[in-house]
Amino acid sequence: MATLTPGFHGHRRTRGDRLPPGQFLTEDFPVLSAGPTPEVPLDQWEFTLTTEDGGRHRWTWEQFLALPQQEVTTDLHCVTRWSKFDTRWRGVSLDTLLEGVTTHARYALAESYGGYTTNLPLADLRDGKAWIAHTYDGEPLAAEHGGPARLLVPHLYFWKSAKWITGLTLGRTDRRGFWEQFGYHDYGDPWREQRTWND
Amino acid sequence: MSDWSRAELRARTPESATARTLHLTVDGWPGHLPGQHVDVRLTADDGYRAVRSYSLSAPADGDRIEISVQPAPHGEVSPYLAEDFPVGAGIEVKGPLGGWFVWKPGRPGPVLLVAGGSGIAPLAAMLRARLDLGDDGPPFHLAYSLRDPGQRWFGALLDGVAKAEDPAVTAACLYTRTAPPGHPRPVGRITAADLDLPGFAPADGALAFVCGPTAFVEKAAGLLVHLGHRPDRVRTERFG
Repeated sequence: MATLTPGFHGHRRTRGDRLPPGQFLTEDFPVLSAGPTPEVPLDQWEFTLTTEDGGRHRWTWEQFLALPQQEVTTDLHCVTRWSKFDTRWRGVSLDTLLEGVTTHARYALAESYGGYTTNLPLADLRDGKAWIAHTYDGEPLAAEHGGPARLLVPHLYFWKSAKWITGLTLGRTDRRGFWEQFGYHDYGDPWREQRTWND
Repeated sequence: MSDWSRAELRARTPESATARTLHLTVDGWPGHLPGQHVDVRLTADDGYRAVRSYSLSAPADGDRIEISVQPAPHGEVSPYLAEDFPVGAGIEVKGPLGGWFVWKPGRPGPVLLVAGGSGIAPLAAMLRARLDLGDDGPPFHLAYSLRDPGQRWFGALLDGVAKAEDPAVTAACLYTRTAPPGHPRPVGRITAADLDLPGFAPADGALAFVCGPTAFVEKAAGLLVHLGHRPDRVRTERFG
């Protein structure tokens, strides 16, 4: 077999263990979205948590901001192969939102303004691993990046961190979300390179 | 599991002073739909690897694929692909990838393609697939926003569309900084008037594909929504 990409050297590799396989580091903040950016007025925004029995827990924007807030600094890994280190967020932990919610569900489907959905195991939203974030780098989260508020689940590929989130439906069975129906992996662990159905 | 296939560079052709289209053949390529992309993997002498995604800029054609590369200043991969990767040498590819930003030839209904800069690449694949259908295909219009005539990629394709004067397949260049002499449209960024076209209205069931830098896609997709297009009929791909 002839040599692959002769003369390719690449940049210096000094990123230690923080960059998952197949990723490259960017200083930018690229955007992956399937369609137009929805406009969501804050006085109409609401977030609804629906359990497998149909029980509903609902927060308006004011109620949501009145919940305990957390600061999060984390690395992001997008399936389109960029990673971004040390991003700073502010938002509400899913642990806070799930407090006092009785459920035996194993799965969650995140639902967004504009119709986007993504599926995750409920366990991946618990124990300090997931937030609904409304502030990025000290500023209100821009609409193109998912504002007013987006899910933040940084240990999975970033498409799982649904932009423009408005609901979370818990269920006993796994239902595929938007990109998952179009070929993306059901779970999406960047360290195991779970990008597509075949991975 | 990864399915990397070996590809070989057959030719490199210019799209602008700096951008190049790479013509590759891929062992066992299964074919693809216009709009899909491919992952490209490069391997250095010491085993270091880098992977990037590129849109396929031509429709399926046996084991041949094309990607079009704009070298980024100080980029790790794109300058190598555009300038240094030797013809006859190998590279690895994985794909085709993507199931949403695709146009299936044979789908009825008009299609509006909206490109910003190098975002033209996947839309060029759709336009070429449409031209392959001849008189049987649906109406297509390409609105292509670009800085100046020197940045006009796929010149032969666009010249062919203009020369054919087929009302079912049209293309308009929207120059943002410098237009060629006698160009009918004033220089400037994309406006609603560039997208408000007879035959491509929401009522016509038009499907829109918008590709380009994030700011351009935000603007163009927003214009389409305000013209009444259903958000789920405006498919987008953003970069940068």
